[in-house]
Amino acid sequence: MSESKSLRVAYGEALAELGAKNDKIIVMDADLSHATMTSIFAAKYPDRFYNFGLAEANLMCAAAGFAHSGLVPFASTFALFGTGRAYEQIRNSISYVNANVKFGLSHSGLSVGEDGGSHQSIEDIALMRVLPGMTIFVPCDPIETKKAVFAAAEINGPVYIRVARPIVETITTDETPFIPGKANMMKDGSDICIMATGLILREVLKAADRLATEGINASVVNFHTIKPFDNECVLKMAEQCGAVITAEEHSIIGGLGSAVAEVLAGNSCAKFVRVGIQDKFGKSGKPGDLFAAYGLTAENIAAQCKSLIK
Amino acid sequence: MNNEILNEKAKQIRADIIKMLYLCQSGHPGGSLSCVEILMSLYYKAANVDATDPGMENRDRIVLSKGHACPALYAILADKGYFPREDLWSLRQIDSHLQGHPDMKKTPGVDVSTGSLGQGASIAVGLALAAKHKKAVYKVYVVIGDGEVQEGLIWEAAMAAAHYKLDNLTVLLDHNGLQIDGSNDQVMSIGDIMAKYRAFGFECIKVDGHDIEDITEAINVPITDKPKFICCETVKGKGVSFMENKFEWHGKVLNNNEYNIALKELEVTANV
Repeated sequence: MSESKSLRVAYGEALAELGAKNDKIIVMDADLSHATMTSIFAAKYPDRFYNFGLAEANLMCAAAGFAHSGLVPFASTFALFGTGRAYEQIRNSISYVNANVKFGLSHSGLSVGEDGGSHQSIEDIALMRVLPGMTIFVPCDPIETKKAVFAAAEINGPVYIRVARPIVETITTDETPFIPGKANMMKDGSDICIMATGLILREVLKAADRLATEGINASVVNFHTIKPFDNECVLKMAEQCGAVITAEEHSIIGGLGSAVAEVLAGNSCAKFVRVGIQDKFGKSGKPGDLFAAYGLTAENIAAQCKSLIK
Repeated sequence: MNNEILNEKAKQIRADIIKMLYLCQSGHPGGSLSCVEILMSLYYKAANVDATDPGMENRDRIVLSKGHACPALYAILADKGYFPREDLWSLRQIDSHLQGHPDMKKTPGVDVSTGSLGQGASIAVGLALAAKHKKAVYKVYVVIGDGEVQEGLIWEAAMAAAHYKLDNLTVLLDHNGLQIDGSNDQVMSIGDIMAKYRAFGFECIKVDGHDIEDITEAINVPITDKPKFICCETVKGKGVSFMENKFEWHGKVLNNNEYNIALKELEVTANV
């Protein structure tokens, strides 16, 4: 059976492992180290951990200062406060100057659960995606989270790693390739292609199994990188299947769905629909209940597929 | 370089600023003219910098957080030899390396891209903390404006600077009392700014912001275990009579007549 772990724990462990190999790695947090799990790194390398308190704007600019000094800072807080509150700091002090800052931001999406809509970032991918030169990783499981951390350290420039809170089973393996900007085929089929990113991949794989029992062969592609985007894969799969569905734990505006739509527009006649959060805010509830309420389920994804290709 | 020569040089720097802004018909004269001596104290006296090696590892870092005053910075960098003086006349033009706000990727000698107010001060905290982390001996200087201190980020940065005992960091305030919409007191009073920085844990010194000797002396006051704040009392539009103490000249364009009067004033005083 595959191992279960939270992505945020995987993130903290990966930082600690990376820190052992590279003494330029600095980790910073904004009073959430026990939630983002940078506390794992802090316990191992207290001299390379800096807490900035509840001051996300200062966290991001200070990280830029560390990057300008030849160090490799990983700045962490919740996705909403990092990409939202400190947006313009990321824009002007990091992205605009291609500063070598990484930000692994946790508690992204609806899966934060009970904390509710004020804490559920459903727009972070959109915010980061419009910044030139930004790399965006959205890992789907603990193994991919670790790979994203190590890949981020190899990139010279800003990288956003979207980290989620729940404990989840791994669905990739150590051997699964993780090439930035290159989507991974998880299941090959010719009737419809489901393109997904992040935790929702589990629901997508279940949907594909469900469809198979009804004689529909769905492809499943994992877009662990949202930027740079694998345009080529989108066009190839649209050609192969003639119908494309995107699935994400994010607003349908500005995220994976938009990225795919931008590639398809003018280049493909494939049928297309987006599953995601339909331009509304989240609310309190258990993650599973929220996924059901917002249609981020295998049932809904399968139903959308059938409706699209009927 | 002695202070008499520097005071003469300040007039030339101001004339360059006026010419740059006149040629591009945009930009910010008032706050550029007010911070000339502050930047000169750093570049000609206090800071360890080398125009022949802008990326020198152990150089002191200078951050112009009030980035809209970059004509002053550019004129000084050109005078120091970071790039040819003729480049100044391309300010804000397409393909110029002299952007409307400082750009570390384009201009030799610019340590940090700034302009979005508050961010330079915060980046400076990162630079100073990183220097401590690396056990490097260089210092970090950041020049902020008095409208800029209305930004919350200035105080986030100040809190962190004191928390991490950044005695390698000096914040210099260009305190000319005016901002785009009027005086600080009309727009949003910044109150007793010395008391505020003192309360945040800084060593605070007040100086005449147009007296290079005074500013330099304050920069060189040794401190330990706390950051330094130097309140430089300045005159917005300093050196051009019709701009002095006029908030309207924060971002106003000079017409031909004003340009000639301003240059004449600076040349006249320069020839005294």
